[in-house]
Amino acid sequence: MSKLVLKGLGKSFGKTPAVQDVSLSIAQGEFVSLLGPSGCGKTTTLRMIAGFMRPTTGTIAVNGVVLSSPEHSQPPEKRGMSMIFQSYAIWPNMTVGENVAFGLKLRKMPGSELKRRVDKILEVVQLAHLRDRYPAELSGGQQQRVALARSIVIEPDVLLLDEPLSNLDANLREEMRSEIRRLHDEFKITTVYVTHDQAEAMVTSDRIVVMNHGRIEQVDDPVSLYNRPQSRFVAGFIGRTNFLEGRVHGGTIVFPGFTAAAGLFPGAADLAGNVTFSVRPQNVALHHAMPADTSNGWILTGQIVERSYLGEYWDYVVQPDNSDIRLRAAAPPLDIHDIGTRVWAEIDPRRIAHIPGPRG
Amino acid sequence: MTPLAAEPIAIAQTLAVPQRRAGGRFDPLILLWVALAAILAFLVINPLLRLVLSSLEAADTGAFTLQNYVTAYGRPRYIQALWNSLSLGACVTVLCLIFALPMAWAVSRTDMPGKGAIRLCVLGAFITPPYLGAIGWILLAGPNAGWLNKAFMGLTGASEGLFNIYSFQGLTFIIAIYSFPYLFIFTSSALDVVSSEMEEAANILGAGTLRTMLKVTLPMVLPAILGGIIVTFLETIALFGSPALIAIPARFNVVTTQLLQFFNAPVRSEVAAAYAVPLLLITVVLFLVQRQLTSRRGFVALTGKGGERRPIGLGFWRWPMFCYCGMVLSFSVLMPYAALSQAALAKAWGRGWSLDNLTLHNFQYLLFDHETAGRSVLNSFFYAGSAAFLVLGLSLSIAYIVARRLLPFASVLSFLCMAPFVVPGIVLAIAFYAAYAPPPFSLYGTSLILILAFTTRFLPIGFANATAAIRSINPEMEEAVRILGGGRFLAARKVLVPLMKNSLIGAWLLVFIPATRELSTAMFLYGPKTRTMSVMLLDLSEEGNFEQLAALGFMLLAATVVIVGVGSKLLGGDFMLRRDRG
Repeated sequence: MSKLVLKGLGKSFGKTPAVQDVSLSIAQGEFVSLLGPSGCGKTTTLRMIAGFMRPTTGTIAVNGVVLSSPEHSQPPEKRGMSMIFQSYAIWPNMTVGENVAFGLKLRKMPGSELKRRVDKILEVVQLAHLRDRYPAELSGGQQQRVALARSIVIEPDVLLLDEPLSNLDANLREEMRSEIRRLHDEFKITTVYVTHDQAEAMVTSDRIVVMNHGRIEQVDDPVSLYNRPQSRFVAGFIGRTNFLEGRVHGGTIVFPGFTAAAGLFPGAADLAGNVTFSVRPQNVALHHAMPADTSNGWILTGQIVERSYLGEYWDYVVQPDNSDIRLRAAAPPLDIHDIGTRVWAEIDPRRIAHIPGPRG
Repeated sequence: MTPLAAEPIAIAQTLAVPQRRAGGRFDPLILLWVALAAILAFLVINPLLRLVLSSLEAADTGAFTLQNYVTAYGRPRYIQALWNSLSLGACVTVLCLIFALPMAWAVSRTDMPGKGAIRLCVLGAFITPPYLGAIGWILLAGPNAGWLNKAFMGLTGASEGLFNIYSFQGLTFIIAIYSFPYLFIFTSSALDVVSSEMEEAANILGAGTLRTMLKVTLPMVLPAILGGIIVTFLETIALFGSPALIAIPARFNVVTTQLLQFFNAPVRSEVAAAYAVPLLLITVVLFLVQRQLTSRRGFVALTGKGGERRPIGLGFWRWPMFCYCGMVLSFSVLMPYAALSQAALAKAWGRGWSLDNLTLHNFQYLLFDHETAGRSVLNSFFYAGSAAFLVLGLSLSIAYIVARRLLPFASVLSFLCMAPFVVPGIVLAIAFYAAYAPPPFSLYGTSLILILAFTTRFLPIGFANATAAIRSINPEMEEAVRILGGGRFLAARKVLVPLMKNSLIGAWLLVFIPATRELSTAMFLYGPKTRTMSVMLLDLSEEGNFEQLAALGFMLLAATVVIVGVGSKLLGGDFMLRRDRG
């Protein structure tokens, strides 16, 4: 049974819609991310789930009980959820131990059990030795761990995280996102995680909800999302990509400046009219000469027009012959091509994603 | 996993019972809104309304009339008083600019020595009640008997003194030496956020220090200076104490002293109301202008962070600059304080510093023998303390409702809280008199009317500080309490109030300190048993009792210094001089 169900959820501020028609079912113990650029409505959605905002349309239900609707919104303190805030919101007037014990005290937990639970969670987040410190004496990462401990210790029905890592530096962020996933694997709390960072979402989540302009673009697991984007926005937002736009003419697809046999492409049978494909730069291999085996490759010839060296790979821009398309290719560090040289770009058709729907 | 895991579900299920909370459901917060609105109506709306109405009513019949305005502005000397006020305001403002601008620039931007001491003395000038400074200067520059005049006559053998404090020039001077801190605060806060890089950008293009200051720095802080000019002007025309001490003996009137005369028997409060209305209008209009100025776009630099700041080297001019600042501050602090302390400890102040002239009798007499003086000290602190608590309670509740957008039309409440800011103290007093002196309230002369009037007078300071305090706390701090199961009240008690503790103490002090010396409001509302220290000081000066007067002033100052000292310990040294005090 689904644990947390959003149905036709919408929120407008005055006449400006912030969230429109968001429907989503999250299973017991599932970790779901809301991913999108700033202003896409992901935080608004999260705050509606938490009960800090009342929706203008739709409902939010947990275990079949409606908590939010336009008529009534259960206040946050009665939802049995917990949340990790962007600012961590660690109370500076309480010690680490007092911060973590706060929710348990509100639940009138007896002293011995409370102490056991606080000890255990501080152990888990490796803060046992800082129990009597005040937050001002802690580093950013440690504060983050206090926030995690404080919200997990009450074993909430639903755990909400609002961009929890955006205030940390890059290294710490990588460490903490694995930590969050580890804690989830340990406690199996149903979790909704808001972020604008696709790597965070991919590392932590079972499923990712990509949002844009207040609407859901796609809901999928990280692998499908990356390899089978269902909209131009998703393909562009998750990783870097090349868009190839063409038109189907019988058995061939006509691109600006070159053509390709339709049979090469995935789902060729259903293609008609204007079509858009997404090709990831690392799926474009560059050769100095026509490769010997071209049996299942699609070869385009062209010229290197730009290049930059990024250490982990070369970033090339190839302009196919007779075309003004700019095709990005990521090549290994030893794959060196000078600007102006002629290259053969080989694309594995199995790695090309067809973007359905109207050309965006 | 644990017994607890089941609990949230249980909570959720009890909630399944449909609670009708659709459109028509009554929200208890509405009651709070109504209660707060009623209090503000009593404190702010009704007095101002009564002021305007009573200015339009015949005293005996209550019929509509314009006669009060005809009476109030019918005589040339009444018009002359208004003109005196306006020109006094202008002259004081010019003098304040001369005092404050170089000082603010030197303290904020240069390597002048002794910047900490200068700031401290500005604070000293700021917390000195202007009427007390005026008394100090009567001792210094009173015709013939004043110390400076005696020194001049002694040195030159002249038969007449050089200075006469009982003159328009004298009044301008003694107001300016206590008003310039406003301009200093406005200007130095603005300068504090101008990045050094802006000036260095001008330097690198070939502009020298002076040129950079005039062409780059000054224009950037101009809106702040204009704001300070308007505040200085308005404070001056609303001032009562110094004009009462100086202008009345010098036989000229300003608006505020003229208003007092309408209250001399026979009391013509309706004429006073009519006379006060234009003062109120001038103030409202100028404050609107000031808001317009400071909110104008195009001075973005003032809102951002300053970036790295390096003091400008003054070279040779370091010490002359210091001497200039020191001179201004010795006018406002050192010299009058010296004169006051001599008088407070003297049997007769004119006999100077000699051992046989030293006595503590003045203090003893005031505290234990004088009929009302001891009581006036207690009254002042009691009224100020009560008003500070009322202000804090009101402004916290309203600031919270406004900041968290709990109720619609909360901005109406915040507007009412800030409205007294544009009402001069003396106008407020007349408004309170008009509203609550007659039956059914009949509060004239009671402690209550003084406490309520002080509450209204200082509400904007409290509200501005409470708003700033609440805004400085991330709402997520409270939301974290609520999502873990605590209600709004618990969040306020466990998190909000502990976190704001220091700002709240600061706000309390910022109301308490000016309330202990408030004169203009008290002057029109006190009764035989509710004299405040400030009123007492004025009475003593009319009797010519300068020794006791100085002793009383000394106690007021000592108390203030102790309180400000405690405040600085708790809140950081500059808490009085911050710009955000409203």
